[in-house]
Formats: sequence, C-alpha cells, structure tokens
Amino acid sequence: MVETQGLLPSAAPLQLIDPDGRPGQNPGGLTFPEPDVLVGLHRGMVLGRRFDTQATMLAKQGRLAVYPSSRGQDACQVGAALAVRDQDWLFPTYRDSVAILTRGVDAAETLALLRGDWHCGYDPYEHRVAPQCTPLATNTLHAVGLAHAATLQAKDQVALVLLGDGATSEGDAHEALNFAALWKAPVVFLVQNNGYAISVPLAKQTAAPTLAAKGIGYGIPPLLIDGNDAAAVYAAARCGVERAATGGGPTLIEAITYRVEAHTNADDATRYRTDDEVRGWLGRDPIARLEAYLRAERLLDDEAAGRLAAEAEQLAADVRDRMSTEASADPAELFEHVYAQPTAALERQRAALLAELDELEESAP
Amino acid sequence: MTTVMIPPAGNTARPAPAPVTMAAALNQALADSLAADDRVVVFGEDVGTLGGVFRITDGLAGKFGEHRVFDTPIAESGIVGTAIGMAMNGLVPVVEMQFDAFAYPAFEQVTSHLAKLRNRTRGRVALPVVIRVPFGGGIGGVEHHSDSSEAYYTHTPGLRVVTPGTPADAYLLLREAIRCPDPVVFLEPKRRYWSKETAVLTPEGPPIDRAVVRRAGSDVTLIAYGGMVATALEAAEAAVEEDWDVEVIDLRSLSPFDDQTLTESVSRTGRAVLVHEAAGFAGYGAEVAARLTEQCFHYLEAPILRVTGFDIPYPPPKLEQFHLPNVDRILDAIARLQWEDGGA
Repeated sequence: MVETQGLLPSAAPLQLIDPDGRPGQNPGGLTFPEPDVLVGLHRGMVLGRRFDTQATMLAKQGRLAVYPSSRGQDACQVGAALAVRDQDWLFPTYRDSVAILTRGVDAAETLALLRGDWHCGYDPYEHRVAPQCTPLATNTLHAVGLAHAATLQAKDQVALVLLGDGATSEGDAHEALNFAALWKAPVVFLVQNNGYAISVPLAKQTAAPTLAAKGIGYGIPPLLIDGNDAAAVYAAARCGVERAATGGGPTLIEAITYRVEAHTNADDATRYRTDDEVRGWLGRDPIARLEAYLRAERLLDDEAAGRLAAEAEQLAADVRDRMSTEASADPAELFEHVYAQPTAALERQRAALLAELDELEESAP
Repeated sequence: MTTVMIPPAGNTARPAPAPVTMAAALNQALADSLAADDRVVVFGEDVGTLGGVFRITDGLAGKFGEHRVFDTPIAESGIVGTAIGMAMNGLVPVVEMQFDAFAYPAFEQVTSHLAKLRNRTRGRVALPVVIRVPFGGGIGGVEHHSDSSEAYYTHTPGLRVVTPGTPADAYLLLREAIRCPDPVVFLEPKRRYWSKETAVLTPEGPPIDRAVVRRAGSDVTLIAYGGMVATALEAAEAAVEEDWDVEVIDLRSLSPFDDQTLTESVSRTGRAVLVHEAAGFAGYGAEVAARLTEQCFHYLEAPILRVTGFDIPYPPPKLEQFHLPNVDRILDAIARLQWEDGGA
C-alpha cells in the first residue's frame, strides 16, 4: 500500500515501467503488478487498440454517428477496468469505450450509443458499468452516491469513476470530491489528463501545480502517475480500490497521458496542436512500452504476440460485421422507458405515430 | 423490503380526525415512509440536527438515525447527483432543496440524468428519487426565496411533478411519491405549511397522477394547484354571492396531466379559469388552456382565462401582494367569461 497519510502527490509522476520498457525511475510506493496481471494488461490494450482503430474507421465511413477515440490512453482504459473487482462499479465517459469493452461488455453493445441505436446499449447492472456519461463530471456524483449507498447497506463495493482534465473544472467534480471525502465513500477518481479539453490546453484549465494536488483541499490522498504506464495505472487504481474497500475512503489519481487522435472524428486537432507534439507522444506508446518489458522478462514471445494479434483482428472483423448490419429500431419504443408505465398522453402519441407510419406504408408504391 | 402501506398495527379503529398543519403532515409522511421501507433515506441541507429550515424533517434524524436521515454539504447538484447514484444502488432517496431558487444548481442533474436515465438505459435503471422543493411566494421572503419553478420541471419528460394543496393531501401525495418508481419533483407550497385542516392522514386515496374535485359546481371550473388551491376555494365561496356555482379542481399532478378529470369538468361547465402564481408567459397554465381547448372546444362558452403572476422576476416582500393572484382577480376573471346575462 502507498503511504496514505500524506495529502501531497509526488512532484513527478510515479512510474513502474519507463517508456523504453525498463523498470521505472519513480515507483513511489506502488506495488509492481504480478506477471499474469501484466500479461492481462498487455492483452487488454492490444485488443482495445484494435477495437478503437476499427471504431475510428467506422466513424469515418459513417457507420458510427461519432467516435471519441482513446488511442494513446490505452493504459488508463485497460488499467482502470482491470483494477476494479467483479462486484465494483465503473463509471465511464464517452471516451471510455475501451474500458467498457475491457470490463466485459459486448463490443456492439458498447458502440450502440455512438452508432445511434439507443443512448446506452448495455445493461448497466450486468457488468456494473454505468452508462457512458457525456455531460462532464456529472458521473462523479453518481459514483459517490452509489459508493455511499454501498456503505449504508454494508456492501463490499467500490466505484471507480473516469473523468478528464477538462472535467475537473466543472462544479460537479468539486462537489463529488467534497462529498466523497466527507462520507469516506469507497470511490476512486481517475483523471485521465490527456492535455486538452477538445482544444483548450491544461494551462488554460487550471493554475494548480497538478490536478492531483487538488486532493489536499478535499482531504483526499492523491496519486500522480504516468498514465502511459499500464503497470502504474493498474497499481494506482488497485491501491485506490483497496483503500476504498477497507474503509479508507476515496483516492484521487491523476494519470498523465495523451489523446493521439482528435477529440472525435468531427474535430480538427491540427488547429490547436503540432505534429511534433503528437509524434513525441507516439514515442511514449503504452503498448510498445509494456510489450518491451514483457519480452525482456520473457513473458511474451512472437508466438503469443501473433496469437494475440490474430485475436484482435477477429475482434475487429466481428465489430465491422456487426456494425455493418442495420439494427432494427422500433419507433414504438420511443414511448417506452419514459416512465415506469407510459402515461395516457404517451399512449396517444404512440398510437398517432403508428397510424402515421401505417398510412405511409399503405400509400407507398 | 416492505412497502406495504397500512396504518400502525393494533390500531384497526379509524383514528378520529384531528387538526393538522401541512408541515406536520409532511413530517408524518416522511416518518411513516422511513418506517415502512428501509430503503428510504432522507438527506439535504439542514435536514438532520435542525430538522430543516421549515422543520419538515423535525425529529427524523433522532428517530431513524444518521444513516437514514442526514445533513449534506450545501451543494444542490451534489445532493441530487449522489441521490441518483444511491438509487442506482438500491436506495430510495428523498432529498430536500431548501428553497425553489436554490434548487437551480441541481438543474443539470435533474434534467440530464434524473429524468432521462430510465430512458437512456431502455428501462434498465429506474430512479425512485423524490426531490422535495418548498416553492412559491406569499411568505414575505427576500429575493430567491419565492420562485414558482414548476414549468422548468414539467417541461422535462421523465419527471413527475406533483404539488399538494391541503395538509391531508400533502401526506398522501408524499407517501405516493416515495412509493413511485419514477423520479418525482415534489413541490411544497411553503405559504401553506402552517395552514390547518381537520383530517385523518391516510396513505390511501386518489392515485398520484389524479386531479381531484375539491368543490363541486356547475357554472365554471376553477383550476388550481399548490398554494393557489386555498385561494381558489376562497374565491369559489365568494362567488356564491354572485350566483356563480364554481367547481374547484386541485390538479395535484402537474406532470403527467390528468386530462380525464379536467375535460370531464370543463365539458360540463363550459367555462374554465386557471390560477397560478408563476408568470403567465409560457407558464403551466398555457399548457392547460391549450389542452382543454383541444379537447373541450365544442363545449366551451368562453375563452379559457388565466389568473397568474405578472411576467416579472418575483417581487420584493413589500410588493408581492400586488403580484400574487387573489380572490378579487379570480372573481374578475370569472366575470369576464361571456355570461349570457352580461355577467354579475
């Protein structure tokens, strides 16, 4: 366990594996994950990356309405999803499709929102994954409430909520950190600091020395970590989960990472950042780093890497196939799920819509 | 988890009617809900030790413990946002917004999440949350303490919006709201907190989405809700002198809207006046007038009139009497309903 007394984060990000795949220079008190965990992190990232590039392609082809890529943030996505226990909850944002997939949600169900089939394609209770949250930081409060309800009902359950650097400026992030600290709620806040809120750089977002440093104001122990180091992300999130599960309350983690793609396929990132900057971060790729470490430690060889690549291609092919068939959307369902029972007015509106559709069908040549 | 709603055991005889204020009725509804269902939690600003600024939660923290009834930081978005998470995890949160205008910081959580989560998840996530909001004016409150904010909520699909007009109905409606699987914005007419009624508090009565006829009449339907129900009843009594037999309907549920009770009445009387404190422009009364026109046009003897607050920010205490609908304005509106004899 990391020292919990101090409320100041380390000056430099904690790191277990450096960008060249060697042991990190600044491990802090993080527990180095077991070999099988490292292999799992690598596997999750390879599959997640392939899923992500496939989704980006589908968005460019118009098969998805939009896709906010998490390429470059792979270590955060997979590290977070694997660090939470089965009974815990994950609260993702719109950029966290890979984390959702890694948690076990079906790929097509994960993409339902972004394809436009429905707002949330999966059952949140099945894998304990909240719907992807688009309004920034609002999910932090849901995570705190869910976690506090677990405490009130004596359930061994932790909530891990994902948010970005931009979201830390929202009022809800402040309220959530404050409520969580007061209630000692079993929550882990994982801030993926990817440098930009769409186009606005962190320097225009906050004057704080780091986002992790904000923890001291709430009385929440923070961890500043290298967000492209999957081992560090996993270890930090795991530390937060364990602290939460043992009554130690919330943890605030700032993971320094980078969004390699634009904000979404509709964004033009060349308007606010340089190619040099992107190239620099491509050199800090989270997958290459862990792969180098695993190969040096003989935890991965060409054969295993080949099998994994084939599995990733299979996943991509499956996503392509399933996203290429039209989902059957039932207009009558528009009136379901507004209330537990449709109101009389909604019943009338449904009948009117169905009559309108019948007429259209009859008048069709 | 039990949600059975019966009077206390061993008390099978119907209790005698007794005078009760709306504040006491609401307090009793919370106490009985907490006792009936251990998923119910009550929280918000000052609701614990103090018992709420209006004392609606008086004594509840002591009786049910701080794990069931507790104070929170002053952060309305935080209160509603955490209530959403709690409801996702099996609890039935009943939260208090201290005043109407102080509920606005929670607006995003209410409209983007509370109202929509069932729909966003195709019915998989239900949010049985009640947001209690003391609303409306008439108590001499300084600015930001007297807003009628109902239309903000009624315009949001997925929310139920209810408001009681009497102490007994305050008890019934709050019990119903807490039992309801949908999120409910429960608007409490703070000017009526201390009004008394001799009644038996019972959780049995008209369903949560039903309007009730508070006074039967045959000449004109006077439609009111919340704090204006008592004013409407007063106006109806005063109208007797003018030979108008006024029916008074207490809407109770602003959303969904009880078309049936309303159209039945207005089709019979042929005349309708709607009263609310909120500004008239794009106010709740506009929706009522539109619906009744659509559904009762051929029965109408006169245009549906609205008696509302002016289209101004809520005035300071010394001027609020000029803003609020009153008996005279209601009677004036009734007089303008194109009576064949030219009116009273």
